[in-house]
Amino acid sequence: MEQKTKVLAEEGKQEIRISRMFELPLESLFKAYVDPEIVEQWMGTKVIKLECKTHGSYHFETTDPKGNKHGFNGTIHEFEPNRKITRTFKMENTTFPVQLEFLEFQDINANNSKLEMLIIFKSISHRDNLLKLPFGFGLNMAHNKLEELLSK
Amino acid sequence: MMKLRRDVFQAIADPTRRTIISLVALQAMTPGAIAGEFDFSRQTISKHIQILTECEILKQEQTGREIYYHLNPEKLKTIADFIEPYRKMWDERFDKLEAIMKDQPKST
Repeated sequence: MEQKTKVLAEEGKQEIRISRMFELPLESLFKAYVDPEIVEQWMGTKVIKLECKTHGSYHFETTDPKGNKHGFNGTIHEFEPNRKITRTFKMENTTFPVQLEFLEFQDINANNSKLEMLIIFKSISHRDNLLKLPFGFGLNMAHNKLEELLSK
Repeated sequence: MMKLRRDVFQAIADPTRRTIISLVALQAMTPGAIAGEFDFSRQTISKHIQILTECEILKQEQTGREIYYHLNPEKLKTIADFIEPYRKMWDERFDKLEAIMKDQPKST
């Protein structure tokens, strides 16, 4: 069976490409990125701020099982409803540098849509370190310790 | 007795094992302390620890009467191994998005 979510992280590149086909109309998929209550549900995070417009910004906060809070934020550089979001992503209180994310939303037919995400990292090793976080992403645990460990 | 060959890929494909890895990454832990972080039975967690030890992601060390598990970061260096858990994380997240939006009343 073909995988719905595809991830491409080529050796020696400082980018990750993620694509996903949704059984959702385009408007519905885009709404999931814009409506703060919906974002909270699928991202499993608290939305402190989500200003969906060009030159807007966002601020999310997750709480790990031990009650520690981890914030992440970014600015929105381009915002075109049902088409694209270009934004930065930064994990707070870590030395992971900011990432640049290009999100493109595509209409496939009345019931299906596609998301393509391109994430650009500061360097190849920064990308590799992110991928090495044992739980895949690192939003829920102490990033610093892991980062120390992985940079050894 | 022939032992099942364990690979890193298999070890990190499971979310409970990924959580164990991230816990032990922060500090060496006794099996009891690891089990204490989960609602599963101690037996279930022991099985997961055993798999992680067999593929050398975790290393045992005896300190006094206690056994501590350490992370063996050398085993976590292959990027290719890590794309799958990363992909899975996004896949699960997107599945959730899809399920939530399918339940939404049609917006007008």
